[in-house]
Amino acid sequence: MNPLQTLRIALRALTRNKMRSFLTTLGVVIGVSAVIAMVAIGDGAKARVEATFAAMGSNMLIVLPGTSTAGGAMGGFGSMPTLTWDDLVAIQTEIPTVRAAAPQLRTNAQVMSEEQNWGTQVFGTTPEYFQIRTWPIAQGVLLTQGDVDGGSKVAVIGQTVADKLFGENSNPTGHAIRIKNIPFTVVGVLSKKGQSQWGQDYDDIVIVPVTTYQQKIKGSLKNYVEGSVAVSATSADTTSRAESQIRAMLRDRHRLPLGADDDFSIRNLSEIASAQQEGTRTLTTLLAAIAAVSLLVGGIGIMNIMLVSVTERTREIGLRMAVGAKPADIRLQFLVEALALAVTGGLIGVALGVFGAWRLATSFGWEVLYRPDVIAIAVGFSGLVGVVFGLYPAHKASRLDPITALRFE
Amino acid sequence: MSGRSLIQFQDVAKVYHMGDVEVHALRGVTLGIEQGEFTAIMGASGSGKSTMMNIVGLLDRPTSGTYLLEGEAVSTLSTERLAEVRNRTIGFVFQSFNLLARTSALENVELPMLYANVARAERIRRATASLDRVGLGDRADHHPNQMSGGQQQRVAIARALVSEPRVILADEPTGNLDSRTSVEVMKLFQELGHSGITVVLVTHEPDIAQYASRVIQMRDGRILSDQRQQPKEAVVPPWTDGDEVDAP
Repeated sequence: MNPLQTLRIALRALTRNKMRSFLTTLGVVIGVSAVIAMVAIGDGAKARVEATFAAMGSNMLIVLPGTSTAGGAMGGFGSMPTLTWDDLVAIQTEIPTVRAAAPQLRTNAQVMSEEQNWGTQVFGTTPEYFQIRTWPIAQGVLLTQGDVDGGSKVAVIGQTVADKLFGENSNPTGHAIRIKNIPFTVVGVLSKKGQSQWGQDYDDIVIVPVTTYQQKIKGSLKNYVEGSVAVSATSADTTSRAESQIRAMLRDRHRLPLGADDDFSIRNLSEIASAQQEGTRTLTTLLAAIAAVSLLVGGIGIMNIMLVSVTERTREIGLRMAVGAKPADIRLQFLVEALALAVTGGLIGVALGVFGAWRLATSFGWEVLYRPDVIAIAVGFSGLVGVVFGLYPAHKASRLDPITALRFE
Repeated sequence: MSGRSLIQFQDVAKVYHMGDVEVHALRGVTLGIEQGEFTAIMGASGSGKSTMMNIVGLLDRPTSGTYLLEGEAVSTLSTERLAEVRNRTIGFVFQSFNLLARTSALENVELPMLYANVARAERIRRATASLDRVGLGDRADHHPNQMSGGQQQRVAIARALVSEPRVILADEPTGNLDSRTSVEVMKLFQELGHSGITVVLVTHEPDIAQYASRVIQMRDGRILSDQRQQPKEAVVPPWTDGDEVDAP
């Protein structure tokens, strides 16, 4: 018999018992909709975490100088300058897994425009910094190597600072600001980066060339970096390797004997990100397991109803065999019925899951991300459930003896 | 017997095992049925007549002996081949009609052709023709529960005829019908016999057997008597006042 005809017969048999067919598919509907909704919400959460960390900078490491010890009081990381400018150059040039490195010297300062003033943080750094933070310019230009070499009194400002000093939707490029009463020219405004996970405003910042910073804003030691070094690795995979290579190189450069503590520390931001992602992944796996159990239960429901159906239709099976149906025809017919039940359940589940995720997302303000592959897998898996749990009833039907089947009451 | 009979039984025996007990349903039956013959097989229950029908209809296989259908030894064929031969050569009519419920007469008649992979348009054409032949051309879209017993049995006969079989096997076809409708069905079978179709009928009612051209009596798995006769002509009595609608 041709497959289309088989499908038509199966659908007719199922629509004869609409309520029963519907209840049978319910298990699969719940399983599939749970998978779709949970994965959509889980992926939405993951995407949000990823976006947050991407705002901090991609594949980013921060190298902090060591601690000072004054009369037994440990000063905390960064309190004692141990990183030299040569260390910075070495990180930049000698380690192949490092894409770029930039100093981060920072202080708080009052910044003034002609009309307004605003307390913000002032950063001294090099042009590589923008690359490390993947921070493009919105208006004007970024700092250049020429600005650093010449110690130019130019500044790039964050969106928040631009808004506060010049008003919203203004173009501060070319205007003058005063940092600690020293005049700087605004050459560019950075694009908006938003808040960190901890509520810190990334855009509340003024960035000046590191040389100008040292000369004009905060006088400092000649040889040591009085701040930290931001490093970006060549890729997410090489971040950890870059970390250990920097550690080994700095220990070597600082001539630290074996067993001595590091006189610096390295923070791996992507590790924090992956820890967060790990949490999300665990949750998603757990929910997927629940969904799988639900699909299993749904499959058992399908098998149960198919067995009932085979018994109920024993005479029909006998008749079909008498008029020329082969055992394979009968097996296929019942298999297709089970498959149709399961796939219908799967499709309803997809619709319900997509809708449910969207509903939850809008009422709780979550993000959702629908993955076509997950939807395809869920429908495919429900089909598989149909075949697996339909096989036994179909086989049972095909093995009936037509004589006995025709006499069945 | 001539080897050219349409249905040829040669010493056919059938033994069932029910637990430890052996039941000899057929004890060496030799028989030939010619094309176009209208044969009635009679006997009490347990005489082996149903077993014989099942073997003739390829639903069962003999334990020993050979069965030649159209000269082919069919007892050795695979289950799949048997289904094909059944589909092409044999039409079944049952006591309880065995129509598919909630399915129109036309679709019921189409059923055997589904398994012969006949195209849809051709199926409808042939099913309609077959329904016309049994006088139900105007009831094609009726469901079994909208028809009388006699009409249902005629749909079943149309279904048996649709694949143009050589043999129609009818197992107590009038068992659920009143006498008037029974005569109608017998008339139909006689017409089929005239058109060259071999009809084998199992019945325990002597009045029904009268319409056949040959009556075989069976007892204890053997043929007791085998007589050819002048069949009684099936004349459907005209409707009279007070006649029922032929319900089962």
